[in-house]
Amino acid sequence: MKAIVAVKRVVDYNVKVRVKADGSGVDAANAKMSMNPFDEIAVEEAVRLKEAGIVSEVIAVSIGAAPCQDTLRTALAVGADRAILVETGAEIQPLGAAKLLRALCERESPRIVLTGKQAIDDDANQTGQMLAALMGWPQATFASRLAIDGDVATVEREIDGGVETVEMRLPAVVTADLRLNQPRYATLPNIMRARKKPLETVTPEALGVDVSPRLEILKVSEPPRRAAGIRVADVAELAARLRDAEGVA
Amino acid sequence: MSCLILAEHDNSTLHPVTAHVVAAARRIGGEIHLLVAGDGCRRVAEQAATLDGVAGVWLADAARYADQTPESVAELVAARMAPHSHGLAAATAAGKSVMPRVAALLDVAQISDLVGVESGDTFVRPIYAGSALATVRSSDAKKIITVRATAFAAAGTNSAPAPIESLAVPDAPGKSRVVSRRLNRSARPELDAARVVVSGGRGLGSAENFHALLEPLADRLGAAIGASRAAVDAGFVSNDLQVGQTGKIVAPRLYIAAGLSGAIQHVAGMKDSQVIVAINKDPEAPIFQIADYGLVADLFDAIPALTAALGRTGDGGRNP
Ligand SMILES: Cc1cc2nc3c(=O)[nH]c(=O)nc-3n(C[C@H](O)[C@H](O)[C@H](O)COP(=O)(O)OP(=O)(O)OC[C@H]3O[C@@H](n4cnc5c(N)ncnc54)[C@H](O)[C@@H]3O)c2cc1C
Repeated sequence: MKAIVAVKRVVDYNVKVRVKADGSGVDAANAKMSMNPFDEIAVEEAVRLKEAGIVSEVIAVSIGAAPCQDTLRTALAVGADRAILVETGAEIQPLGAAKLLRALCERESPRIVLTGKQAIDDDANQTGQMLAALMGWPQATFASRLAIDGDVATVEREIDGGVETVEMRLPAVVTADLRLNQPRYATLPNIMRARKKPLETVTPEALGVDVSPRLEILKVSEPPRRAAGIRVADVAELAARLRDAEGVA
Repeated sequence: MSCLILAEHDNSTLHPVTAHVVAAARRIGGEIHLLVAGDGCRRVAEQAATLDGVAGVWLADAARYADQTPESVAELVAARMAPHSHGLAAATAAGKSVMPRVAALLDVAQISDLVGVESGDTFVRPIYAGSALATVRSSDAKKIITVRATAFAAAGTNSAPAPIESLAVPDAPGKSRVVSRRLNRSARPELDAARVVVSGGRGLGSAENFHALLEPLADRLGAAIGASRAAVDAGFVSNDLQVGQTGKIVAPRLYIAAGLSGAIQHVAGMKDSQVIVAINKDPEAPIFQIADYGLVADLFDAIPALTAALGRTGDGGRNP
């Protein structure tokens, strides 16, 4: 069975993003870009399913401008078999991304779609669930363990207050949480090999998908700053402050 | 305008986050209806009916909603949205699983993690781990929203409950099945509702240290326990105690951060706390930039000393 893994190119998690002075967005012009960390985990999981003989082909998909090819090459270097770039310069919101992925699912008929639970730029946490709904498939979000036996996926999910185990019939969507696995690094020989793997480019128009944004970003602003605090000299002063100033009994 | 809110509950008790969602809906305006979907959950509907500002409660009480699987609940919510302009749920693990499906079924966008309401179609939400706030205007006929509970003070209750109406629920096989749920029961307050949170990071060194040092302090303060991702990954505590961009969002009256550096992903989950205390041996640790009270110290000395110092006086005799 085929697996599709959706990967997003985002500002690296170590970069401290700054809001542009004119409030039009964040300044990401020269920022280091990387694969969304949750998507790295999703790719790793798909590759492990292939190594376990459960998945026959791993197809990495990214949506965005030409540099997303780098993100796809990274996925290929850790073990994806081929890649599809849905190339567009337009702003793509989760619903648009989910519709593009639906078009590719209809074309490729994967039995499982894996992706990160959220992208660390817009923090939306929507695309996997939206895709599942559009396809009429079951979903397991926030996965911390995935096992596939025949046509049934058993997934442990991180929920508020604990862990839930769900069972669902494939095809399905699984979104990766932090503790699903520890992604491997791409080795140099594999990075070289990845350059020869197929990378196809399509467009939203060719897929017949309307991706017009539904949310207009009116402004992006700095969150309120906390006033500077004080350093206390020792534990006695801290305890006194908590009691006297903060009413901690 | 009118709002439909998906209530969060475990079939017996309405979760407190729902009162925060009601508060957000009141900022939007219009009539507010609550939808309670579950199995044997009439008591939840009765609790929901007492929330201030609620005009009515829909009760979908059926075996197929026993586990509130996102596939079945999303279908129900989408079908009930017909007369409503806004559909809301808390930005919890459950809400985040259901609401994007609802949005997709209705072919509309979802607004995630609402923290501010400018008008019926214009909303504020955090992006980039809270490093920025985006004001967005929705052009969709219906708005589907998840609400960050800490951004809205809970709606109160009143003594004149709203009417409860039962919905006829068609029987249909579920797309997924919950096999088991392992909930970490604790005598402590829930992390996202606690007035005080004591959080530890990698600096605690081991699970044994984490518990031996932080639990007495948390006991003393009646606090919930939280943790950084590094502490969770190292197995000091369970995953549901992670605070941050991808964990719980908390805003207690007092947040004590011990042996954690204050990475932006952690800060995203606690920076709206009223008072932040940082205890770290590295004077350059970023957590000090947002702390109201910073103590540069080795936590292995400082935490037991703080527990003892707080225990000595003004404790109403709890610690003689
Ligand atoms: C996609 C993604 C999502 C993430 N989501 C989250 C999230 O939701 N929540 C989260 O917390 N992190 C998250 N992280 C991880 C985050 O980037 C940091 O790695 C993590 O928060 C660090 O945890 P820490 O502060 O405990 O460890 P460290 O950064 O290693 O800090 C340990 C601190 O302990 C101090 N210390 C050590 N020994 C002592 C001592 N004896 N006494 C006093 N102080 C001591 C040190 O000085 C240091 O400051 C995420 C990362 C990624 C990539």
